[in-house]
Amino acid sequence: MTQNVQYNFAYLDEQTKRMIRRALLKALAIPGYQVPFASREMPMPYGWGTGGVQVSAAVLTPGDTLKVIDQGADDTTNAVSIRKFFQKTAGVAVTERTGEASVIQTRHRIPEAPLTEDQILVYQVPIPEPLRFLEPRETETRKMHALEEYGLMHVKLYEDIARHGHIATAYAYPVKVEGRYVMDPSPIPKFDNPKMEMAAIQLFGAGREQRIYALPPYSRVVSLDFEDYPFEASKAEHPCALCGATHSYLDEVIMDDAGARMFVCSDTDFCAGRRAAGHLGEMGVPVEEDRT
Amino acid sequence: MGMFAKQKGKGMIEIENAGKQFTLHNQGGAVIAVMQGAHLRVAPGECVALTGASGAGKSTLMRMIYGNYLAQSGRIVVGGVDVARAAPREIIALRRHTLGYVSQFLRVVPRVATVDVVAEPLLALGCPAGPARARAEALLAALNIPPTLWALSPTTFSGGEQQRVNIARGFAHDYPALLLDEPTASLDATNREVVLGLIEAAKARGAAIVGIFHDEAARARVCDREVDVSAFTPRAA
Amino acid sequence: MSAQEAGQSGVHADPSHQAWAAADPLLRVSGVSKSYGGRIGCADVTFDLYPGEVMGIVGESGSGKSTLLSCLAGHLVPDRGEVLFDTRAGGLRDTMTMSEPERRMLSRTDWAFVHQNPRDGLRMGVSAGGNVGERLMAVGARHYGQIRDQALDWLDRVEIAADRVDDRPGAFSGGMQQRLQIARNLVTGPRLVFMDEPTGGLDVSVQARLLDLLRGLVREMGLSAIIVTHDLAVVRLLADRLMVMKSGRVVEAGLTDQVLDDPQHGYTQLLVSSVLQV
Repeated sequence: MTQNVQYNFAYLDEQTKRMIRRALLKALAIPGYQVPFASREMPMPYGWGTGGVQVSAAVLTPGDTLKVIDQGADDTTNAVSIRKFFQKTAGVAVTERTGEASVIQTRHRIPEAPLTEDQILVYQVPIPEPLRFLEPRETETRKMHALEEYGLMHVKLYEDIARHGHIATAYAYPVKVEGRYVMDPSPIPKFDNPKMEMAAIQLFGAGREQRIYALPPYSRVVSLDFEDYPFEASKAEHPCALCGATHSYLDEVIMDDAGARMFVCSDTDFCAGRRAAGHLGEMGVPVEEDRT
Repeated sequence: MGMFAKQKGKGMIEIENAGKQFTLHNQGGAVIAVMQGAHLRVAPGECVALTGASGAGKSTLMRMIYGNYLAQSGRIVVGGVDVARAAPREIIALRRHTLGYVSQFLRVVPRVATVDVVAEPLLALGCPAGPARARAEALLAALNIPPTLWALSPTTFSGGEQQRVNIARGFAHDYPALLLDEPTASLDATNREVVLGLIEAAKARGAAIVGIFHDEAARARVCDREVDVSAFTPRAA
Repeated sequence: MSAQEAGQSGVHADPSHQAWAAADPLLRVSGVSKSYGGRIGCADVTFDLYPGEVMGIVGESGSGKSTLLSCLAGHLVPDRGEVLFDTRAGGLRDTMTMSEPERRMLSRTDWAFVHQNPRDGLRMGVSAGGNVGERLMAVGARHYGQIRDQALDWLDRVEIAADRVDDRPGAFSGGMQQRLQIARNLVTGPRLVFMDEPTGGLDVSVQARLLDLLRGLVREMGLSAIIVTHDLAVVRLLADRLMVMKSGRVVEAGLTDQVLDDPQHGYTQLLVSSVLQV
């Protein structure tokens, strides 16, 4: 598919992209800090990744290769439509292979394969403010960030332990960045939290909330916890039924009305790559090496 | 008792030319003079009875010594503090450490156990709860308040029982100066004897005491001298 | 035991318990004034509060007592005047010119504020234990077990059963909510507590218990407190000192029982004589 000449490159006009890039630079300069930006109306509803799409549009160049995943999968509606959007408006190459992508837009996951210094990971963020559910006043949460008053974040974890006996927060697990800002990592599973200390640039876009934040490569990202209830990057206690991986994040798939279920890698590219390399789970079948 | 030691040889309580009047701002600014030229000196170990007809100003003078009524003129020095001029915090400290007061009325937080009411003056001084309670229980026992009542609030007690709780509270701490307003009123012979014993013991340890006693026999037994406050009652102009 | 034995207490005060005698005030307020447009909120209020002292501020509605309390606690910025607090690190410092982080730090460590309506001072969506633990976590506590132990200890001190630790305040009665608010405020061992009608919305029977609790805590912790109320019976039982306000000005101040039993100012005389007797 080639770029439709009716659109400016990557849909947004150049002034808008410059505005977003300025916000991105500021966000990179102050890791974890939420930078306001003038979020635009996009040709998709809020909640479908308008923040991530605007960030991707601002960083894409004609030479980039784009990968889009939703819950780890390249073939879900959301991922497919965003990928098509940029094929149509930017004419960039697209891929499903993590290693071949230069820009990866994601919803709810970090790919299993380690990312490199020449890659950019763009997150779609629904609610950028980690303090929101405990302190609804934006004026107050901004002040709390400014003054590093983060006791409330631990109140949330305290409540978890008091109610469930352990920290039950399983996704959007709050982190502290470079010892300064507490940040919502978007609704990725807490299994992915340790991966955030990575070589790639990580950019976060919240369209409805009009906020951008970022992690420069190799930023220190610490998941909040208690001394006696340390953070654990948990996952389902199963191997992948298709590729047999024991260290990847798994989706639970219900098979029938009788309660049969299987656990499979949520990262479809990772799973396919393993099967191509000959790893097989108990329900797996080898794949043909003709993936695109 | 540092303050007490300093005062030895002098009067523990010294009143010179004290005067008091009430100005009723809401009744045309009427001024009612109730006391003038009051003089009194009480040495450590001495008990002085205030006498005079009803309305002569015995309780008024007592309240002036305690700092409850503000004297308009003269000096009222207790343990080196002039209560007619001292800052509130000085009077609070004086009351906590030096000057005890057994009034005729028990004024306490409702629903607080009797034993805690009696122990409170000691707790306020920083005494640990255990010894303070033990002391309170000893006094309540000596004053024949049945142990079954100790955990109850004294607000429901009879007048005589309340009076004895008030006395126990007033004697919980060894105050160097004590004000006693009718301490033996409404007491039976046994308890009257206990109270007089407490007063004698306080004198023996060197407390300076000012009291109002309608009970003449009690007055004669514990008081070293009498001061008729009628002498301080202002003459109508 | 004989009366003679009872006459010798043999119980002596701890000589270190002399906070009341400290030479320096904990709070020094001078010339504090606040107007709302042309209307006076409070005018030219000056006083010193010493460690361990409890001061009551009384007056009718609109007398400026709540405005004054807000100015003192840093919730309102006065038009004029100083509010100096004896900080642990730097001695007497003007809380108005302090930086906001410093002032906010003060308000969750050395200061506490008890609201009339416990809902204003509690997080209603957080359990009782979380409410008490918040100030601990705010000053860096990161050990769940210890935070919970301290929360349980404080619930016990304010007479809330341990098995209510995981209940939200909405499930508590008004009196329990108020006691929870007090626990939440006192857990970090503040030195100065501001209270705005702390017994205001409570049944009389619950008031008495709360008053006794507050008296005990003030005594045990050597707290200083400023209590705004219109209830003269409350100040008589709680406050060492009293300030009477009318139309934004302090008309009389002094020893609580002296002000109540021998009021010098016409307004105080009116106030005292207007109390209904039971």
